[in-house]
Amino acid sequence: MGESKNARVLIIDDEVQIRKMLKVALTAHGYEITEAETGQEGLNQGALFHPDLVILDIGLPDLDGFEVINRLREWSQVPIIILSVQDQETDKIKALDAGADDYVTKPFSMGELLARMRVALRHIAKTEDEPVLIFGGLTIDLAHRQVMVNDQEVKLTPTEYDILKQLALHAGRVLTHRQLLRTIWGIDYQDESHYLRVYIGQLRRKLEPDPTRPKYIITEPGVGYRLMT
Amino acid sequence: MKQSIKERGKLTIFLGAAHGVGKTYAMLEAGHEKMKQGIDVVIACLESPEGLDEFLRAKKIPSIQNVNGKEYKELNIYGVIERKPHLVLVDNLSHLNEPGSCHRYRYQDVNELLEQGIDIFTTLNIQNVESLNDIVAKITEYRVIDKVPDKFIESADQIKLIDISSEELIQRIKDGAVHIPSFTKEETNKFFRPGNINALRELALRFTAQRVDRQLDEYMKSHEIEGPWPASEKILACVSPSPFSSQVIRTARRMATGLKAEWIVAYIETPLRFPNNKTDINQLTSNLRLAEELGAEVINLKSDDVANEIINLAHKKNITQIVVGKPLSNPLKNWWKGSIVDNIILGSKGVSVHIIPGQVIKEENSQKRPSSLKKEDYLKYLGTLLLIGAITIINMFLNPIFDLINIALLYLLPVLFSATYWGRGPSIFASLIGVLAFDVFFVPPVLSLTVDDLRYLLSFLIFLLVAIITSTMAIRLSNQVEIARQRETRTAALYALSRKIVAEDTLDKILNTVCRVVAETFAGEVFILMPDNNNEMVIKGATNAEIIFDEKEFAAARWVLAHGRIAGKSTDTFDNINNLYLPLKSEEEIVGILGVKFHTPEQSMSSEQSELLEAFANLTALAIVRMQLANEAEQARYLTQSERLRTALFNSISHELRTPLASIIGAVTSLLDEGELFSKKDKKSLLSTVNESAQRMNRLVGNLLDMARLESGMMKLKWEWCDLQEIIGVAIRRLQDFLQDRKLVIDLPNNLPLIKVDFTLLEQVLVNLLDNAIKYSPLESEIKISVTIETENIKINIIDKGPGIADDDRERVFDKFYRLYSPQHVTGTGLGLSICKGIIEAHGGSIWVESFDGNGSQFTFTLPLDESSPEIIFSSEEVGERDG
Repeated sequence: MGESKNARVLIIDDEVQIRKMLKVALTAHGYEITEAETGQEGLNQGALFHPDLVILDIGLPDLDGFEVINRLREWSQVPIIILSVQDQETDKIKALDAGADDYVTKPFSMGELLARMRVALRHIAKTEDEPVLIFGGLTIDLAHRQVMVNDQEVKLTPTEYDILKQLALHAGRVLTHRQLLRTIWGIDYQDESHYLRVYIGQLRRKLEPDPTRPKYIITEPGVGYRLMT
Repeated sequence: MKQSIKERGKLTIFLGAAHGVGKTYAMLEAGHEKMKQGIDVVIACLESPEGLDEFLRAKKIPSIQNVNGKEYKELNIYGVIERKPHLVLVDNLSHLNEPGSCHRYRYQDVNELLEQGIDIFTTLNIQNVESLNDIVAKITEYRVIDKVPDKFIESADQIKLIDISSEELIQRIKDGAVHIPSFTKEETNKFFRPGNINALRELALRFTAQRVDRQLDEYMKSHEIEGPWPASEKILACVSPSPFSSQVIRTARRMATGLKAEWIVAYIETPLRFPNNKTDINQLTSNLRLAEELGAEVINLKSDDVANEIINLAHKKNITQIVVGKPLSNPLKNWWKGSIVDNIILGSKGVSVHIIPGQVIKEENSQKRPSSLKKEDYLKYLGTLLLIGAITIINMFLNPIFDLINIALLYLLPVLFSATYWGRGPSIFASLIGVLAFDVFFVPPVLSLTVDDLRYLLSFLIFLLVAIITSTMAIRLSNQVEIARQRETRTAALYALSRKIVAEDTLDKILNTVCRVVAETFAGEVFILMPDNNNEMVIKGATNAEIIFDEKEFAAARWVLAHGRIAGKSTDTFDNINNLYLPLKSEEEIVGILGVKFHTPEQSMSSEQSELLEAFANLTALAIVRMQLANEAEQARYLTQSERLRTALFNSISHELRTPLASIIGAVTSLLDEGELFSKKDKKSLLSTVNESAQRMNRLVGNLLDMARLESGMMKLKWEWCDLQEIIGVAIRRLQDFLQDRKLVIDLPNNLPLIKVDFTLLEQVLVNLLDNAIKYSPLESEIKISVTIETENIKINIIDKGPGIADDDRERVFDKFYRLYSPQHVTGTGLGLSICKGIIEAHGGSIWVESFDGNGSQFTFTLPLDESSPEIIFSSEEVGERDG
């Protein structure tokens, strides 16, 4: 947890109980916390406090969460984690497409949130030119376009490889269907989610020991995919 | 829409003998008095404000502009109603509104204001009283067309007589103080003769006196004051389709008023006098309407014998006086009708019979009766002549063979024929010509009018008699047939309609059927209007989508809805519009309006027709009410059901929410209060209780929300191509903590196609089914998910090794809040499976459960495979790789 030490976290949420709970839990884990009750206050704090990470509730009383993301993104690349409730898949996608880095669904366990925060913070710290990415039994050698599962080389088609590479570069983070489709197939294909379904299915059959219970490529229902770290 | 019951306003009439007596002035004075008492008074109409300018300026009574922005012309009813004054002054009650106004007469406007609970002061000349109309016409030789029915005048709470001497009035006329817009100077001078004025004054005085008398009587009666009561009189007036009948009606009315008696107007329809031309029908309709307007009870009877029927009626109704008319104009008709009058007198037995000598006063606006023969009539006579000719020629051939008596008999044929098809005139003509031809061509000396044997004269007479009697019989028969036919048509039409609408099961279908049937019967376009939830009129059924429906038509329809009376074309209210509107009245409310647009706009309906139309309307109203009641019953049933559901929901939710809350609060308060007492292990155990309970509540809330969304129809499916294997994977992942204690077996085919479903909803189905399987099966038992592809479906089974489900329960497990009895305590709301059913059915699939008797259950759901999987375009590189 070395990288999280003394990281500054801004919590923007109108629920005082949630803020209180987060503050106690996160402070115990060594984070430095600032709170904001409204979107406007959150933006001000963002400018003054220079947080390393923002936790943002999508349903705020004054500005809506998307507006906060947009305004923050005008001047900052700080990682943003969205708090939302279940059945708001569209909102999650919208926030992610607007530039949020990840989300957790209320009610969430603290472990889940901490994991997401770690990923978001590490992502910032990560050096781009890491040539070999290792995720448990899965190894991706970016320089040689080589994929190994439990030291066995796996043959991937170029598209399969591209998808895996994208997920690996953002390991631990969710990528929306649209983000993946745009990167791999181009903007014309951004709504053709069946392409992803087919290729993810193929990838899983090649990489996963049991494709029905995937270990590496995790489906975020209604939102997108995430490579487990 | 229920009519609100308001107390009717009070009507005060300022009655005068003629223009210029000062009624309007008196009315304004009285109004001003009221105003001084603090009552909200408004002038709605004033006809000749010139002479009163100064008065009005001084008194400052507020007035209401009319619709066109011009003051004091037509009464602006809706303006007045909106203004809600306490008392309204309306000049000239008998005024005839301009075409295009809501009602034809001003008194109808006033009536509407009274219905709104507004008091009215108004003025009226005696010559405009309906029942005095013909007397006034006789006195003044001037027939007024703007009349106010006596019934309305009688409804007045107060009648104030305004009277000045004839000299004074004539002086006023000479001074030019009186302005009568419709009169020229000559007419004014002619009308305002001392004789005329005095006669009118007398009428006015008598009219008022009669009323006072009646009020006195009523007062004495109501206070049980002994007095010489006149025997209670009852008057019967007999009318026919003759313009002269209106005189009979008015006379009867005057007698009834004088005697303070009830009166009845009867029309006896006979096969012989069956009105078969339009003029007669219209005249009869207007006679009967007049009687109704004058306040008579109108009775319509059908019989062969008029006199007998009238006498029967008189006895049945305890009639003391009968009024009949005896026209003088037509001697032949007179002879015929005379027999009726004579028969009435003969059978009267103590009932006084008043005979009114006929005298048709030509009404200015009455239609001219066709007196001369029309073209088709000539054709009938010509036809008769030709028939006689033909028979004569045949007889020429037969003459040598047959006796003269047979020849004579053959001449009866054209008589019968013309009687049956052409009516009375041609048949009598046929008998006469027949006799003539028989005499000339067959009775010796042939080809001469002279007769050798004088006995033949007797034969002629007998022939003529036989001819006339048979023709009469034939006519009667054919008329009876006609009546029977009409009645038959009517009954058949009603029966057909009722049979058709009973067969319909929705309101829209009923309404459309009604429209079709009425349109067929009355040759027109028909539509039905009903108030919607916002009380706006909406067309609910129509034979023709393009019905002209402008603001005027709407106004008429709204009026009908508010008042429950017929209006529109050929009625007194809104007669300048295209359509006729009938209220669809049930016992307590008006459920809609039937609109009719006749193809031939000029025709007016016979009473027969309007009765039929009304019968249709009643039947329709009944059908609508029946439908509404059925809907209400359905609604009530639904409500009781949902009431039960709500109770179940509350019980279930309160239990299911409170149980985990109890453990959370219990665990947390222990930790808060005495945290230091617990060992690390105990703390952990308490906290995991909190965690599990919270998770359980979270699932419950999720289920409740899903259910609410399904119930409210807010669940919108987000269709996309999905991989079933992936969905199963996500569901398993969500339940992985609970699945640890079970053996999960997944059996998937290799060639699983993409399916078009809502990913998260289908995931929810699998989660619920798996959760169910976990809850009802023993630890370490096997749970199996298997997928099979069929031709049109994909089938998913979830099989557990639990106790299974009894036959009776299998259908009901998908019902809301249905919980199986289970030996272990199994938590849940009983919502999960019913949510599954809702979601699967929204996908067009089906779900069911089978049970292996004590050895597990198998839940199966299917999803349609109706769309082929989408195409995937592989890049060339990709294709090569795949081939390799």
